[in-house]
Amino acid sequence: MTALAQWFHRRGWRDLIIGIPYAWLILFFLLPFLIVVAMSLATRTPTAPPFGYGGDNPLINPAGYARLFTDSLYLRAFLTSLINAGVATVLCLLLGYPMALALTRVSKSWRTILLMLVILPFWTSFLLRVYAWMGLMGRNSWFNGLLTDLWNLITPQAWALQSIPMMNTNFAVVLVMVYTYLPFMILPLYANLERLDPALDEAAMDLGSRPFQVFRDVTLPQSIPGIIAGGLLVFIPAAGELVIPSLVGDAAAPMIGRIISDEFAQARDWPMASTVAVALLVLMVGPTMIYSRFQARAEGAETDGAKP
Amino acid sequence: MPAAPHPAPPAPASAPSAQAPSALAPSAMARPFIRIEGVSKRFGSFQAVRDVDLTIGEGEIFALLGGSGCGKTTLLRMLAGFEDPSAGRIFIDGQDMTGVPPWERPVHMMFQSYAIFPHMSVERNIAYGLKHERMSAAQRADRVREMLDLVQLAPFAQRKPHQISGGQRQRVALARALARQPKLLLLDEPLAALDKKLREQTQFELMSIQSRTGVTFIVVTHDQEEAMTLADRIAVMDRGQVRQVGSPTEIYEYPNSRFVAGFIGAISTFAARVVRLTGEIAEVDIPAMDGTFAARSVPGLVEGQSVTLALRPEKISIAKTCPAAVNVVEGQVKDLAYFGKDSLYRVTLPGGDLISVHAVNARRADEGGRPADWDDRVWLSFEPGSAILLTD
Ligand SMILES: Nc1ncnc2c1ncn2[C@@H]1O[C@H](COP(=O)(O)OP(=O)(O)OP(=O)(O)O)[C@@H](O)[C@H]1O
Ligand SMILES: [Mg+2]
Repeated sequence: MTALAQWFHRRGWRDLIIGIPYAWLILFFLLPFLIVVAMSLATRTPTAPPFGYGGDNPLINPAGYARLFTDSLYLRAFLTSLINAGVATVLCLLLGYPMALALTRVSKSWRTILLMLVILPFWTSFLLRVYAWMGLMGRNSWFNGLLTDLWNLITPQAWALQSIPMMNTNFAVVLVMVYTYLPFMILPLYANLERLDPALDEAAMDLGSRPFQVFRDVTLPQSIPGIIAGGLLVFIPAAGELVIPSLVGDAAAPMIGRIISDEFAQARDWPMASTVAVALLVLMVGPTMIYSRFQARAEGAETDGAKP
Repeated sequence: MPAAPHPAPPAPASAPSAQAPSALAPSAMARPFIRIEGVSKRFGSFQAVRDVDLTIGEGEIFALLGGSGCGKTTLLRMLAGFEDPSAGRIFIDGQDMTGVPPWERPVHMMFQSYAIFPHMSVERNIAYGLKHERMSAAQRADRVREMLDLVQLAPFAQRKPHQISGGQRQRVALARALARQPKLLLLDEPLAALDKKLREQTQFELMSIQSRTGVTFIVVTHDQEEAMTLADRIAVMDRGQVRQVGSPTEIYEYPNSRFVAGFIGAISTFAARVVRLTGEIAEVDIPAMDGTFAARSVPGLVEGQSVTLALRPEKISIAKTCPAAVNVVEGQVKDLAYFGKDSLYRVTLPGGDLISVHAVNARRADEGGRPADWDDRVWLSFEPGSAILLTD
């Protein structure tokens, strides 16, 4: 008992605090992931659960991985996912950067209000908000009508439209993803920009740089970690997004999340679903690695005493 | 309301001041280069800078001296163009700076926090201002190398700011500010972050850099010794106002107010009343010293006026026998601190007040060098010309 207490006082706290996230990761990430990997190497059987190893089937069956490359359905789904997620990420960056920058430049009281507004959408159900967009994009909505009128106003007669076909397109997917994930871009960017020393901007101005040059030379390079953090926080969930493409997307060009869901629920092909899931994860590990490298480098620079 | 400096008085022969009397002549200023006319700055209802008038000459090292929060940085920021004056105008080299953005001013600033770009190497930091200059890449590289040599940082050119020491960072900031050859360099507490030894060394480095480049320096500091070491002239600020402008000697020997007298160096002050005025000399009654004493008069004094008499510790002589001097007062040593080369005495005056006296230990203490000991009865004396009369 006393030995335990001693251990606890000497280093128990530290070990415990460091241990918790590891335990969490092992229990809720690594273990499930290993199960999924194991499942992806099984063979589909008409049993419950619908997969098995050995018996009539090969013990390890990598056929699913081969199918990823032979069946164009998967390649196309991956491509659609990457493009949609990529476009959404770039748009989030273009919209979110000025917003994050503005947040750092307004007065303290405004900053609190505006930050609240950025987070406010999370207080209503995500599904509700997607349904609201569906209503807005529908053929008979005032929103669509407004955009159609605008379109007809600025384009030649020949291109006139009754309404803009927005629903069930990749455009709709990207639009709703940008709307949904924008706060995930703004918040890390804001956290990054807010830490920058305003005296650096003044120093650059003092040395002859106009505001645009100050942004290019001083603000932008220093905000790269924030851009990467925000970019990954948008890109990774967007690439695996299921709900948004299911509700507003083009059913003929499904994204990868939809494929996984369909394989599980409709086709009851758990091994194939697992295979796709593993492939998606491998695809996402790349960017995450880049991110952690940047993070480590940024933190390394700081602990070395970047701030005098 | 910077008072006109006192006309140079004939220095009393026994004045312990090491300064040549010519130093007291109103310092002849070089061509006026900066004019600050009635400049005020308010932040909301708070007045940070109040009606400041200053003229600073070309090639001068000018110090803004004052306590924390007295508006030194704010004044500097208005010169650099980061803040607009609420009232008044600033002229640099005859040009009205109103509405001129920071990037178009011939002014560079060394920030209180240095503000070195953390994502650029030492070399690129120094080169940063030069990219706005029309010069070839070779010229630019030459200039950077010249600056690196000037601040002795050549071996560190490729390092990032977090890989060099605080003193080196400070030199990067200086080199970066000097690289574009500004007409005016503003230094905001340039040495505050350095330790004592490095600070003294850097003070002389700054002075030598200034004399080599001929750039006008405005140095902000709250360290009076630093101001006196560095500056040709000093402006003493208090709560947004300039209280006095003058050479270090003028400020030290002829402070125009109790604030300036107390801010620069140690001083003892006593309430006094003018009894008689005879030419250069004012006789004042000092209750704390229980007598009437002679002091050099100041303009505008009238008989019967209440004034303050201020005495610097080193201007007072201490002796165990009554000296033959004009102003003598008896007291008792209450405290004494021996510093080796000199000693500081705290002497109780007849009225019960304490006065500080600084005496050089010209001889060894055990050979009679120490003029007085604890609880000794002593006689203090001072020259009329050493006493400062303050009318505020
Ligand atoms: N942007 C601002 N808004 C409101 N008040 C300010 C602002 N900048 C400065 N002040 C106030 O103006 C006064 C003068 O500030 P300033 O920075 O000029 O002082 P300082 O003399 O440089 O002091 P220190 O020696 O501590 O650097 C301070 O009381 C400060 O609180
Ligand atoms: Mg300051």
